[in-house]
Amino acid sequence: MLGPFVGVLFDGFAYGMLLFLLSVGLSVTLGMMNFVNLAHCAFAMLGGYVTVTLMRDFQWPFFATLPLAFLSAAATAVVFERALYRRLYRASELDQVLLTIGIAFISVAVAAYLYGTVQQPVELPSYLRGSWTLLGVNFGIYRVFLVVTALVIALVLGLMLEFTRFGGTIRAAVDNQRMARGLGIDVDRSFAVTFALGSGLAGLGGALAIEIVGLDPAFAFHYLVYVLIVVSVGGLGSIGGSFAAASLIGFSDVAGKYYVPELGAFLIYLVMLALLMWRPAGLFGKR
Amino acid sequence: MASASSAFAPQAYLQAQTRWRAVELAFWLSCLLPFVLFPNYLVLASQIAITALFALSLDLILGYAGIVSLGHAAFFGLGAYSAGLLAKHGWGEPLSGLVLGAVVAALVGYVSSFVIARFRHLTLIMITLGFGLLLHELANKAHWLTGGADGLQGVRMWPLLGAFMFDLWGFTAYAYALIVLFAVFLVTRRLTNSPFGLSLRGIRENPVRMPAIGAPSVAHIRKIYTLSAAIAGIAGALLAQTTETVSLETLSFQRSADVLVILVLGGAGRLYGGFVGAIIFMVARDRFSGLTPQYWYFGIGVLLVAVVMFLPNGILGGLARLAAAWRGKAT
Amino acid sequence: MTAPALTVHGLNKSFGSLVVANDIELVLPPGERHALIGPNGAGKTTLINLMTGMLTPDSGQILLGDSDISRLSPDLRVKRGLVRTFQINSLFPHLSALEAVTLAVCERRGIAPAWWRALPAYRDAIEEAYAILLSLRLGDVCTRPTRELAYGQQRLLEIALALATGPRVLLLDEPAAGVPREESAELFAAIAGLSKDISILFIEHDMNVVFRFASRIIVMVGGRILVEGTPVQIATDQQVREVYLGKRHHV
Ligand SMILES: Nc1ncnc2c1ncn2[C@@H]1O[C@H](COP(=O)(O)OP(=O)(O)OP(=O)(O)O)[C@@H](O)[C@H]1O
Ligand SMILES: [Mg+2]
Repeated sequence: MLGPFVGVLFDGFAYGMLLFLLSVGLSVTLGMMNFVNLAHCAFAMLGGYVTVTLMRDFQWPFFATLPLAFLSAAATAVVFERALYRRLYRASELDQVLLTIGIAFISVAVAAYLYGTVQQPVELPSYLRGSWTLLGVNFGIYRVFLVVTALVIALVLGLMLEFTRFGGTIRAAVDNQRMARGLGIDVDRSFAVTFALGSGLAGLGGALAIEIVGLDPAFAFHYLVYVLIVVSVGGLGSIGGSFAAASLIGFSDVAGKYYVPELGAFLIYLVMLALLMWRPAGLFGKR
Repeated sequence: MASASSAFAPQAYLQAQTRWRAVELAFWLSCLLPFVLFPNYLVLASQIAITALFALSLDLILGYAGIVSLGHAAFFGLGAYSAGLLAKHGWGEPLSGLVLGAVVAALVGYVSSFVIARFRHLTLIMITLGFGLLLHELANKAHWLTGGADGLQGVRMWPLLGAFMFDLWGFTAYAYALIVLFAVFLVTRRLTNSPFGLSLRGIRENPVRMPAIGAPSVAHIRKIYTLSAAIAGIAGALLAQTTETVSLETLSFQRSADVLVILVLGGAGRLYGGFVGAIIFMVARDRFSGLTPQYWYFGIGVLLVAVVMFLPNGILGGLARLAAAWRGKAT
Repeated sequence: MTAPALTVHGLNKSFGSLVVANDIELVLPPGERHALIGPNGAGKTTLINLMTGMLTPDSGQILLGDSDISRLSPDLRVKRGLVRTFQINSLFPHLSALEAVTLAVCERRGIAPAWWRALPAYRDAIEEAYAILLSLRLGDVCTRPTRELAYGQQRLLEIALALATGPRVLLLDEPAAGVPREESAELFAAIAGLSKDISILFIEHDMNVVFRFASRIIVMVGGRILVEGTPVQIATDQQVREVYLGKRHHV
């Protein structure tokens, strides 16, 4: 009885860590600029396809592709930010929604054109396959790796935000954009950097996600919903909030599908709506 | 100008603004053309009319009150399933199906409006999106009621007004949809020209100022949201009745996104925008129906980016600007 | 003795560690014109936000006449007669001036919920809106969209909107902000000409204007009320000289 539960708990947490990587960037950029970027998961998808391509066509080892997944998503994000997004920071949220949905549509079409609509396989190195058994519970090695990676990244992000100058500007901008600008902080520039970093993390998340949830062009929209749920439940601009919300959502989703499969995704939407109505600013949000 | 101001009659001026224009009459008359010019395309024409009605319902909340919804298909689907289920279970009279679709959608709209009116920005987008997904998933799982992913089969409609059978060529369907569209349009036109319509535009233009002039924005928003839901429900019911089936797609995110695209393409906040958008969108989709869906959405994506960047008020907004520039040059 | 038009009692508000309203006490007798002055960032606008309910105070009480309005929503406070204008124009860019003021009149008269009759059917409301616009000399431009109006005209429209709500107490947040000097005199003349049934509290940086139009002056610094008194008292007050006037460059 307890064995499967611990297993589900662990799988849910691993899935949550994936959601954390996918969503933390969006949470921080939203907190800074209130820019509604519905194309966030398109950047994640890009990271996934970069990994798939490098491994399949260039025989790169899995690990070597990960930095490139990060960099390509970050670089693409910079281009989009400079060319399109920055013109809409002060525009209505409708314009932001339309523009970024449009970009997401385009990304889906391009992915389908280049790779077809089939799921992309990823061949993990042998040492990441299989599982360890501890006290009768199976721990997938890849999931352990995922959890460790996400924890390290969360820690680094947290420390960076707390102790570096750049982190200080971000905290100030999230806290009170008006005041930050008044203090002479170049919010637009720190936003551009944050945006690249956040999109890069999404790209990395996209690459790491293939083994768990697969990769096809629908990714850009399907996981967008989960990411938005994490962001709005966790509260904008809060790394800790994203972490907690991602763990919570990851666990409820896995547990829901395991214990009450007939409800499907219904449960997760219901949980989200209830949470939002109870605390509109999210569980950990201040605003 | 100064001398004219003493004779200026504000009421007459506002009255003139609400008068029917020649283009409007021309537009509605040209809606009759498909009967003679394209009798083979009346089925498509009826779908366009239904989509236009759905876009009109979104225009009321988005174009007039500035509420961005990513889940408006929820009400369309509610109307469709209500009317479909009524007909399937033995009462195929069309008009009562329309009423039922409107009432069910309005009830759900009214209840959800209490939530909608409290939020803005991302939270609002999330709530409308989440609500839409929730209903979609609910209909998907409630196979016993809705037929799930197979859609609702066995919808049998009785003749319209007991006299006009729904025919294969869509003659009755188009006439029916067009008349309903026109009737609802008359109501919304009246509404947007009323004091209430003015208040809605105020909410769109500056939601922060509204309470400072003593306007209960929340009450206004609740009201228009309920009405908009009812109209979306009517549109859904029309689709169910004219196609004699209801698919899960009526509740999908795709449909919510499509109607948003249609409205924004045509131009939000001017009643006719959704009509223009619906005609272009539906005709294009019919032309390109051989295309794989991905390419279609590539086009939509490019279109969205282009509209946001270059045509902020849609096609009608662009035309209005052109007309103004032309008039400016003429004088 | 009649009750004051507006009373503020023990009002507090902080943004995090920044205290923007510190135990504010304020009384505005009926028909008076008081000025609220203070350096930038003193918390004047925030005080108006608190009084009108656009911000929720941490503690304190606001009375309009005899009745406590501290718990009312902003629109209900306006309905009771507590009305403000904005330091930074907060208008309806695509509505014409006539439409905007008519909107405010309709809301006051309770006809805004009516959706089955066309707006022109409410002739009285429209005429009233037009009269307000005429009284502020906006008659000529009333059919132009707000965003096309000259800046000074937009400032007047701010006031027109407030007047259309039928105020008993009017809180004017730097009504002449950004308006050239000549025009500003005109604008204040219009304000001075308003009915004495309306009590006014206005924020203004130009001391000439303040001394001319205010019967009493309240000086606010760092979220606190430093002193208040007649123009003569304030002009000679040592504290004000040091803390406020001494530091002001454009006085
Ligand atoms: N929403 C807010 N969040 C955080 N700080 C705020 C907020 N609104 C105002 N402040 C701060 O409160 C202080 C007082 O601001 P306020 O606008 O009330 O000043 P003011 O006296 O009206 O100044 P001015 O003469 O420049 O108009 C300022 O330091 C401002 O930065
Ligand atoms: Mg101020």
